Amino acid sequence: MKPLFVASALLAATAATTATAETPELVVFTYDSFVSEWGPGPAVEEAFEATCGCDLKFVGAGDGAALLARIKLEGGRSEADIVLGLDTNLTAAAKETGLFAPIAVDANYALPIAWADDSFAPYDWGYFAFVHNADAAAPANFRALGDSDAKIVIQDPRSSTPGLGLLMWVKAAYGDEAPAIWEGLSDNIVTVTKGWSEAYGLFLEGEADMVLSYTTSPAYHLIAEEDGSKAAALFDEGHYMQVEVAGKLAASDQPELADQFLQFMVSDAFQSIIPTTNWMFPAVMPEGGLPEGFAETLSADKSLLLPAGDAAALRDEALDEWLSALSQ
Amino acid sequence: MLKLDAVTVQKGDFRLQADLQIATGAQVAVIGPSGAGKSTLLEAIAGFLLARDGRILWRGEDITALPPGQRPVAMLFQDGNLFPHLTLRQNVGLGIDANRRLSAAQTDVVSAALARVGLGGMEERKPADLSGGQQSRAALARVLVQGRDLLLLDEPFAALGPALKAEMLDLVAEIVAEKGATLLMVSHDPQDARRIAAEVVLVAEGRALPPLPTAEMLDNPPPALRAYLGAPQILDPDR
Amino acid sequence: MAERAQPIGRARPASLHPVAPWPGTCAALGVALLVLGTLAAVAMRAEGGGSGFGPAEVSALRFTLIQASLSAVFSVGLAIPVARALARRRFAGRRVLITILGAPFILPVIVAILGLLAVFGRSGWISDALGVFGIAPLRIYGLHGVVMAHVFFNLPLATRLILQGWQEIPAERFRLAAQLNAGPRAMWRLLEAPMLRRILPGVMAVIFAICLSSFAVALTLGGGPKATTLELAIYQAFHFDFDLGRAAVLSTVQLGLTVVAAVLALRVPVGEGFGAGLDRAVVRWDATGRSATALDVVWIGFATLFLMLPLLAVLVAGAPGLLSLPAPVWSAAWVSVQVAALSTVLLLLVALPLSASIALGRRQLGEIAGILGLAASPLVIGTGLFVLIYPVANPAHVALPVTALVNMVMALPFALRILVPRMQQVMQQNARLALALDMRGPAFWRRVIWPRCRAQIGFAAGLTAALSLGDLGVVALFADPETATLPLQVYRLMGAYRMETAQAAALLLFILSMGAFWLLDRGGKFHAEA
Repeated sequence: MKPLFVASALLAATAATTATAETPELVVFTYDSFVSEWGPGPAVEEAFEATCGCDLKFVGAGDGAALLARIKLEGGRSEADIVLGLDTNLTAAAKETGLFAPIAVDANYALPIAWADDSFAPYDWGYFAFVHNADAAAPANFRALGDSDAKIVIQDPRSSTPGLGLLMWVKAAYGDEAPAIWEGLSDNIVTVTKGWSEAYGLFLEGEADMVLSYTTSPAYHLIAEEDGSKAAALFDEGHYMQVEVAGKLAASDQPELADQFLQFMVSDAFQSIIPTTNWMFPAVMPEGGLPEGFAETLSADKSLLLPAGDAAALRDEALDEWLSALSQ
Repeated sequence: MLKLDAVTVQKGDFRLQADLQIATGAQVAVIGPSGAGKSTLLEAIAGFLLARDGRILWRGEDITALPPGQRPVAMLFQDGNLFPHLTLRQNVGLGIDANRRLSAAQTDVVSAALARVGLGGMEERKPADLSGGQQSRAALARVLVQGRDLLLLDEPFAALGPALKAEMLDLVAEIVAEKGATLLMVSHDPQDARRIAAEVVLVAEGRALPPLPTAEMLDNPPPALRAYLGAPQILDPDR
Repeated sequence: MAERAQPIGRARPASLHPVAPWPGTCAALGVALLVLGTLAAVAMRAEGGGSGFGPAEVSALRFTLIQASLSAVFSVGLAIPVARALARRRFAGRRVLITILGAPFILPVIVAILGLLAVFGRSGWISDALGVFGIAPLRIYGLHGVVMAHVFFNLPLATRLILQGWQEIPAERFRLAAQLNAGPRAMWRLLEAPMLRRILPGVMAVIFAICLSSFAVALTLGGGPKATTLELAIYQAFHFDFDLGRAAVLSTVQLGLTVVAAVLALRVPVGEGFGAGLDRAVVRWDATGRSATALDVVWIGFATLFLMLPLLAVLVAGAPGLLSLPAPVWSAAWVSVQVAALSTVLLLLVALPLSASIALGRRQLGEIAGILGLAASPLVIGTGLFVLIYPVANPAHVALPVTALVNMVMALPFALRILVPRMQQVMQQNARLALALDMRGPAFWRRVIWPRCRAQIGFAAGLTAALSLGDLGVVALFADPETATLPLQVYRLMGAYRMETAQAAALLLFILSMGAFWLLDRGGKFHAEA
């Protein structure tokens, strides 16, 4: 046992000490899929380290909600300088912790909505949508979906970001009529999964006709796999947005470097990596535009987003409506 | 001398009292009705049951509180006298030292002991490959190398045929004589007692009585024993 | 020869054991401290009182109890005839079959779900076949789906444990029964039913406890929020509400239920066991009739199809990409192998003294400490450890040892179920002779327990290594990019749309798990009798 233990401890120790005291280290907490070999992390790390004369260290922690939980657990003692990967459903709660510092990021955002937040800067965004096989007809809105016999698989809002996004989507589009919409959908829902991966996997296995994902999902299949068989159903009530943001922790020991990173985040070097690694719209349009075959952005009136404060306030009510409609 | 000084042992609801002495080098049969406590008496001497009251002394030394392995006792049970997964050499070797590897000289002692009981050359066999008589011999080989002063037999040969059993008892008698050991053996068969035991301890009605000469006891049994032995003519065909 | 009640065990004073029970007691206390300490750490970290037990929690509790009870009953109920058939049939490939039948138990959850759905899902093989005849597809989602998935996971475990019970009946007893011309029914009454009475309560309690903390399986197969379990409520408390107080309360309820189940199981009298045998190979003279043979063939066939088809689906899905797996998958595989090795060593250090101490009569403490590992929510243990470790060390630096430790605690209950019955038998048969020979602690371990329990130790070690390989456990809370384990990498691949690569990586994980299990399990049996 000993040699193994020592070996793994050494492994971790060398990983930690590659940044010696002379090179400043910037620690970025983010969600797990960002740092994975197939996410934007490795390319972003390389690009930023080429310019900053520093060591950029990503630490992955579950998903966006797990990220916030971890920051709360660590409190003011966190070694993180930047938290990257919260979305607008979480920013209100994040701000409430008082752990985040005000930032000033200068960017020409390509968002369909105006962005004004002094704690968080967006780095990418997307629309939730139901993805289906392109050869099958898709309903045009939630009511039509509820009336159809199409089978869908969705994520649980209690454990999954897209799941919560769908809750907000229905709430933003239908307000007080949301319970009726859920009742209409209840016989279409094959099942509810813990996270996005399970749901998307079930859809690919043919367990459902549609899955809750993003309008940008078909682009992955088209660009990476040259497979044009997937499509995102466009709903006429509009699509709820997920805007992913980053913020700076007040307790950061590298505040200037953190500011430098946030500014880098909205630069072309970072933004051009996003579309084909995170499969989301970049927050600032890269010079080369979007890749051939990528999804198209929607007009402002089809882009739904509850303000962060409203989203937090409506969350519990929306969850109760969802639970009671689907627990019949 | 083995001395049981007002000893009481408790085993569940059953209680046995013993207050007796056995001379060093004596060969004693323990007889009595089934369930009277013969095995209990031996287990108390061997240390598997701790005495509730009284003291057990061997040559004046108090062994009442010693754990079984540290008493001057070698005991053979009705069954389970050999580890089934060990070879005969290993099994017998445990009698020399159960906690360490044996030296070459000690291994020779083991082989000699096996040869002495007629199992020469069977060092690498395992108990399951042996006949019942051979298993008994192997156990006796271990007793031989243990070299303890007291040998307790709780009917280890009960499963053997009469001829084989007689053979084993003779082997026991030889070993005991060679080593000058003191022997206590539980017996159901008065013939066994006559064969190798000069004295008899009667266990009945919760008491172990002091030893008496075998012939005297069997020829004029007290009432408790008489009931157990039944009609004497059947039991003593020599008369 | 009449069995004689042996004066070993309960009635004997503590000093009369060839090995001391205190190391096992320490191990039990250590495990209990880890499980309860992390729970306490979470509770103490909570800000403000956790909102209490609302109607949502009550219905989660009710659903959890119903699905866990049904899952335990069906798993065990189906395992009995399967184990019986396997115990009394000898056929080519039997050992390989028994090993492979164990596979679902060590499969990562998401992989197993996809495998199950590929067979039983709306567009699975069976539904497709039914479609040919114009029959509507299977409806797998619902309580029955949850129970089916749990049976899929736990039938192998139940079968192995019960089969072990059969194999622990000494050959001499079967010979005696055959001598008495006992047919299958008499055999059942004389030997098999008493053995099952001794073994089943523990097996039921273990499976009940496993299913208590089910989350992703219950939710996915349950078809919606009706299938909310306590573990999901705990996850929600952390993830959605960040209410550590409520998480601690819910976790305490979950632990409490498990302890109740364990205590109920332990109250069933153990019985006397079957006494000593001389390690003869078991030959069965009963059940040679045609109907008995047919029955066994049906049961073995049922288990094989039910357990193998989803595995086949995993194989079919993963095989094409297996040879072109990217490098990060291989490095993650290496990390996982290290974690599994460390877990296995830790397990033996804890489970061996603990099972010895249980065999010496310290049942309650040992078994409850052992079963706590099942009921403990990995999320609570992970968060608690995080809270405890964070002030003194960077959690990422201890990710692998901590993962190995938690995986060990999760595997401990299974290891105990495997080790304890054999350990009891070995103590019963050998303690008196060892005592008479003054064989003390280490020598008794080396000369008696090790050789006589080798098969069980190998089985327990193999199971632990396999479980540890396949378990996502707490590593997600601690890991940084350099220390991803293979299961985490499978999830990352799925999260990055790479379903085919993920399925290939899952197949690699499955191969590694089975390989580790096979190596240790066979290693334990190599040159070992009985």
